[in-house]
Amino acid sequence: MRLTLHVWRQAGPTAPGKMVVYEATDVSPDMSFLEMLDVINEGLTLKGEVPIAFDHDCREGICGMCSLMINGVAHGPMKGTATCQLHMRSFKDGDTIYIEPWRARAFPVIKDLTVDRSAFDRIIQAGGFITAPTGGAQDANSILVPKESLESSMDAAACIGCGACVAACPNASASLFTAAKISHLGLLPQGQPERYRRALGMVEQMDLENFGSCTLHGECQDACPKEISIDTITRMNRDFIRAGLIGTRT
Amino acid sequence: MPGSDAELNQALEKAGRVADFLELGELMCLDALHRTESCGGHFREESQTPDGEALRDDEKFAYVAAWQYAGEGKIPILNKEPLVFENVKLSQRSYK
Repeated sequence: MRLTLHVWRQAGPTAPGKMVVYEATDVSPDMSFLEMLDVINEGLTLKGEVPIAFDHDCREGICGMCSLMINGVAHGPMKGTATCQLHMRSFKDGDTIYIEPWRARAFPVIKDLTVDRSAFDRIIQAGGFITAPTGGAQDANSILVPKESLESSMDAAACIGCGACVAACPNASASLFTAAKISHLGLLPQGQPERYRRALGMVEQMDLENFGSCTLHGECQDACPKEISIDTITRMNRDFIRAGLIGTRT
Repeated sequence: MPGSDAELNQALEKAGRVADFLELGELMCLDALHRTESCGGHFREESQTPDGEALRDDEKFAYVAAWQYAGEGKIPILNKEPLVFENVKLSQRSYK
């Protein structure tokens, strides 16, 4: 395959950026999108040019490091798939592909296609944890969890924290991410003691980080590589409102 | 090496990791050369029992070698952490 790539290049956080055109020749349809970029980077390195910086780690869709707006779509055209698991067979020979970083005020560009997503870490620090002692593995297994709760909790726990929801949202809201974490922990018995403090803390931190507000566009659930539902956002709002009305005690 | 060290440089990060692996590999060779016995996965032809099993030299090598970095290009310093067994007696194991 032969492709024309328009890639966002930006030397650093304060440097001006621009789209740069690269010709990708000999692209195999079996390559992943990131492998295709690896090959471009090999070529750039051999020519003595600075390779394109992009985030990646596990390359099997579980770590949440990869990102990329591909033709304006977070993680590209495949539904429920992170960029690392997107293959070049999803494109046609001769295609032009536009590759940009996540665009959000709370995710400043570090270099080229890498952005600083540490705002997510601070949202987690504001309540995305359980401190109730649950004992060893055997004790944890002896805590009964209703089937419905555990299914919903597990669905929310699939969130890999990649930030596609923020990138896809016209408001750059982090609601789907935050709601996924609040739902994941708040649905489990171990998560009950901190449930309302968690909702209050994480929502407050989300606002402090300059993410936009949720207006229920639903773009986030469409872009999410783990197909997390915006139902989680209603759960977050319920917990947040309750915490505001009657306090943080369960 | 493309780019500089004044900005995020993923190629430099990778090169640093490769350099670490090379240094560690060199150190492992150095350690293997100094340990003139056979022990576990470390097998030296000149140190074997008549039936081809690993032959340890507990007189000289009953210790863990902890190599200390001595600076760029310098031979690392050997620190010995003796293996002391209070309740069991050292013996040779046979896998046959």
